[in-house]
Amino acid sequence: MERMNIAELQRKLTAAGRHQPPDDRVPYAFEKRIMARIAERKAVSGRVLWARGLWRAAVSCLVLAAVSGAVLLFAPATRDNNNDLSQDFENTLLASVDQADTTP
Amino acid sequence: MERSEAELIAAVLQGNHASFEPLVVKYSPRVFATARRYARRESEVEDIVQEVWLKAFDKLASFRGEAPFEHWLMRLTVRTCYDFLRAHQRNRESSFSEISEPEEDWLDRFVADPGNSAEQADAARVLVNRVLEKLSPEARMVIQLLEIEDRSVKEIAELTGWSVPLVKVRAFRARGEMRKILARMTKDKYL
Repeated sequence: MERMNIAELQRKLTAAGRHQPPDDRVPYAFEKRIMARIAERKAVSGRVLWARGLWRAAVSCLVLAAVSGAVLLFAPATRDNNNDLSQDFENTLLASVDQADTTP
Repeated sequence: MERSEAELIAAVLQGNHASFEPLVVKYSPRVFATARRYARRESEVEDIVQEVWLKAFDKLASFRGEAPFEHWLMRLTVRTCYDFLRAHQRNRESSFSEISEPEEDWLDRFVADPGNSAEQADAARVLVNRVLEKLSPEARMVIQLLEIEDRSVKEIAELTGWSVPLVKVRAFRARGEMRKILARMTKDKYL
């Protein structure tokens, strides 16, 4: 069998490739499909943004609650527990009465 | 009255998404023709074209209007086709045992008389597609653009985003790769 001329075969085949007419058929209503995909993605991205915002808010609330809890739990008790705001308020309000009781 | 491309693009960028549709209608034939050079199955071709249009919509703000919209779109198309080739490198190592009878006949005629085997024959076109499918993505892209579409090195560099020297190196390697595949094909058949 005679030896195959690879370079000539390559040239012939690329020339054959050049003779292929471009097939530019577009499926029916393809543009409608693309527009539907764009609209669909836009709606999905709106929902995703909303969900992402909610998750961020939830995480912020959890962090705030944890920090507040930690502060209440670990803050040093500087004053007597009985001396809370209501007690202070009562003492202030009844200060004149107390003074009247003690003066002769 | 028909609006110009620049007006349509400006309208899309301002949020009027419906203005994108005339662009899809006008340029889809070119995008389909390009995609069909790289993918065989019609479902794959449609996936490529759909991806091109979705990318075009997302990246439309990056189109500056210095070159025609068609050039910008074709760059996007070629790069999407290249991504497709890289993602679908299957079956490149298979043998040529699946060559059909008309293709074998064409090869036999070529062996008998290289000068007289017709380049326009359908069998030769099927055979060249078979060979192109066996090339690496880089080689296939370069052979397709340089040898088959007859584009210049500079044009290929612009389309692919590769530098001019890189296109030249890849073209040299691609021709060598193609010769090796042809040699293997003929060895499978004739030895």
